[in-house]
Amino acid sequence: MDISIFQITWFVLWSVLWAVYFMLDGFVLGTGFMSTFIAKGDTEKRVLINAVGPVWDGNEVWLLTAGGATFAAFPTTYALMFSNLYSALILLLFALIVRGVSFEFRGKLDGVIWKSLWDKAILVSSFLPALLFGVAFGNIFKGIPMRNDFTSLQFSYDGSLIGLLNPYGLVTGVLFVLLFAVHGSLYIALKTVGELSDRAAAMANKIWPALLVVAVVFLAYTWPATKLYNNYMDVPVLLIIPVIAVVSLLLVKVFAGKNEIGKAFIFSCLTILFVVFTGVTGLFPNMIPSSIDPASNLTIFNSSSSLLTLKIMTVVAAICVPTVICYKIWVYRIFRGRVTSEEVLGNSDAY
Amino acid sequence: MNVVTLSQIQFAATCMFHWIFVPLTLGLSIMTAWMETKYVTTGDETWLRMTKFWGKLFLINFALGVVTGITMEFQFGLNWAEYSRYVGDIFGAPLAIEATLTFFLESVFIGVWIFGWKKISKKVHALSIWLAAIATNLSALFILLANAWMQKPVGFVLRNGRAEMTDFLAVVTNPYGWIKFSHTLLSGYALAAFLIMGVSAWHLLHKNEVNFFTRSFKMAAVWAFVASVIVGISGDFHAVEIARTQPTKFAAMEAQWETKRGVGMNLLLFPDVARECNSVEQVCVPNALSLLAFHDANAEIKGLKSFPPELRPPVTPVFLSFRLMAGLGTFMILASLAGIFLSRRKNFIDNRAFLTLMVFAIPVPYLAEQFGWLVAELGRQPWIVYGVMKTTDAVSKSVTATQVALSLLGFIVLYGLLGAVDIFLLVKYAKKGPDKDLSNLIDMQGRA
Ligand code: HDD
Ligand code: HEM
Ligand code: HEM
Repeated sequence: MDISIFQITWFVLWSVLWAVYFMLDGFVLGTGFMSTFIAKGDTEKRVLINAVGPVWDGNEVWLLTAGGATFAAFPTTYALMFSNLYSALILLLFALIVRGVSFEFRGKLDGVIWKSLWDKAILVSSFLPALLFGVAFGNIFKGIPMRNDFTSLQFSYDGSLIGLLNPYGLVTGVLFVLLFAVHGSLYIALKTVGELSDRAAAMANKIWPALLVVAVVFLAYTWPATKLYNNYMDVPVLLIIPVIAVVSLLLVKVFAGKNEIGKAFIFSCLTILFVVFTGVTGLFPNMIPSSIDPASNLTIFNSSSSLLTLKIMTVVAAICVPTVICYKIWVYRIFRGRVTSEEVLGNSDAY
Repeated sequence: MNVVTLSQIQFAATCMFHWIFVPLTLGLSIMTAWMETKYVTTGDETWLRMTKFWGKLFLINFALGVVTGITMEFQFGLNWAEYSRYVGDIFGAPLAIEATLTFFLESVFIGVWIFGWKKISKKVHALSIWLAAIATNLSALFILLANAWMQKPVGFVLRNGRAEMTDFLAVVTNPYGWIKFSHTLLSGYALAAFLIMGVSAWHLLHKNEVNFFTRSFKMAAVWAFVASVIVGISGDFHAVEIARTQPTKFAAMEAQWETKRGVGMNLLLFPDVARECNSVEQVCVPNALSLLAFHDANAEIKGLKSFPPELRPPVTPVFLSFRLMAGLGTFMILASLAGIFLSRRKNFIDNRAFLTLMVFAIPVPYLAEQFGWLVAELGRQPWIVYGVMKTTDAVSKSVTATQVALSLLGFIVLYGLLGAVDIFLLVKYAKKGPDKDLSNLIDMQGRA
């Protein structure tokens, strides 16, 4: 078989891994930073941490898999993406590290200062990744200032951390933050009871208009700032993807307004998935465009692994990914109920 | 300092830090699963309390293993971009398999195990820790196969300006990797068993929960002894493999300068790098080294002088680390053997000298672990992929020394703090001892 079939397959898989990662970690990150504004008192905070407790690590692994898949299937993209965006990714990494331990550590000692310290840690370390991922993806959609010569194997980059904070990158960053804020609030509303749940639902309703505004700005700004719409002009049926994203976003509000939180959450999942798909469909066949020289674009064709490696990885993914999905569904079913304060207080294993 | 040196320091520091937590995860996950299985099959509540107590320590330790692991995965691309591009076709595969096959399993089932006590049946609960433990051990396999490929590259050609895979089977059946796997895995079991023995000994010295901790100690002593012996044996296999595949590393481990036949082994030895000889050479066992390395008393061993100085690894640290690791390993075999016998005696808990020794022996395997990696990774220098790519060619080109210096500083501060908190919590919960209140656990017993 021709190598391009595998390259395209892996591009699709790569997008799916990122999209699912954002859908799943999106509510963990959102719950993390929204807990500061929604939960009152220690017990409510603990309820929220325990609402994400059983699943946060499994959700984060989608990121590791997205990274690993990039490494195995598109090593040149992996190498240049990580080294060119060095400072931003180090910040992201530090945040993810702090977030991971703060869930585990917070409940291990009983001190007011101890707990409020970890509460702040959770706030910052959940907010920062949401923003940084958005900024990073905004810049990827836009292209980064790199010059790559694939025959002489010379690669150079002259951007900086400050350079990433351009207006389009920031708009995308804010978009991600608001998406996750709504997504996280809905998750809290879904997983808790009583007043806490109501407060979270109200919060989702309150933030949604801001999200809508930023989403519209993002879609409009994408026109001058990126070349993402070119693919859609060439193949108009693809427009169905952004349309699904927008319709889902509207339905989030429809259902949240009617207090049908389960449905609102499902559409919030779809919104995130299809926002990511909208972006990567526009990128194809690029993975990271260059903002200064089209010949330097990292594409799925000039950055992929060899045919053999792609074949092996395809077999691995075909076996593993469906299996993972099956047992993850099983686990979400086990933990499907709402988390209550009695349950958390009465369980010595809870966070 | 330049980007290469700073990146090396950063990689070494973050790896060694990750490696403080990983071996305990490897060993304690399996041992906790074993305890819970005992509980499920016998119904004896002491096993349940053991599961809970040692499992708690396992989880506190596990948290840092996870978060420091994310660093490792990012760093290949962050600091070693040329490396990642050049060998990603081969090296990326085991890492991706590790994530999709094993990290998912373990992270998901750890969650089930922590939060599922009252939600699933006893058997499924025990199954979930087994799945997590097996996945953890499997994850070690894939990362070690990747590492082994750097030590002994197989199944590839240099083509299109990079190394391309030609034989996946050769990569996953690399004997170097399987030796590494058995050695490393068992060293993790030994480490966990020494931790259990040490903590139990501390409680026995304080006469806490004598029954509980004697049982823990007895179980751990057997594990520690068996594991330590296998570690020693597989370590010998390792040395044999290295003598054949990485002559410079082997010569540095043994501080062998001259190329000779029928080489003996000096018990007292110290290298003098400037003069390219040893300043101390005493108590020689004739032909021992040739025999050990090639199973032939007359075999030739290549000395460091047959290689140009720029292709030699740093001799003194490699040599010292190797001796220290093997020395500590010998201590572990003897101490665990003594543990098996003494813990069966009636007056075991009055043997304060031995119990105190075992408390202080907790760090011993930790040190051996670190020395082991120093042998492996320093001994490979100046190569990042032995014989194929130099470390100096592997570093990211778009990253500046300032960036790496700042991130290194960040790691030192962040890891320093988290490490201190984690060790504080481990000590606190270890000293606290098992929960007396079982009411919390009994609930779930109704469900079978
Ligand atoms: C509790 C820990 C522990 C103990 C007691 C030992 N080792 Fe070890 N050793 C390791 C833990 C370790 C390790 C951390 O797992 C390493 C690092 C790299 C590896 O593959 O395993 C290692 C590496 C390592 C290497 C280098 C592998 C390489 O370069 O790739 C050799 C030759 C040995 N060991 C040999 C021994 C011998 C002969 C021992 C005698 C008893 C011994 N080890 C005890
Ligand atoms: C977790 C246990 C490990 C420890 C403690 C460890 C330790 C080290 C040390 C000390 C160095 C620096 C060598 C120098 O500065 O000269 C190093 C380098 C490196 N190691 Fe490891 N290592 C570990 C596992 C691994 C594994 C499993 C891999 C690959 C899969 C790996 C890949 C590398 C790479 C790419 C470098 C950087 C380049 C170099 O300096 O050679 N390491 N490691
Ligand atoms: C230097 C190369 C290494 C990389 C890239 C790496 C990668 C990772 C990652 C990404 C995690 C987090 C997984 C999660 O979130 O669940 C992790 C944790 C872990 N790694 Fe490492 N690791 C390295 C070295 C090692 C070595 C040498 C071993 C074993 C021999 C090992 C075994 C483990 C184990 C047992 C954990 C515990 C927690 C977990 O897997 O979730 N790692 N590692």
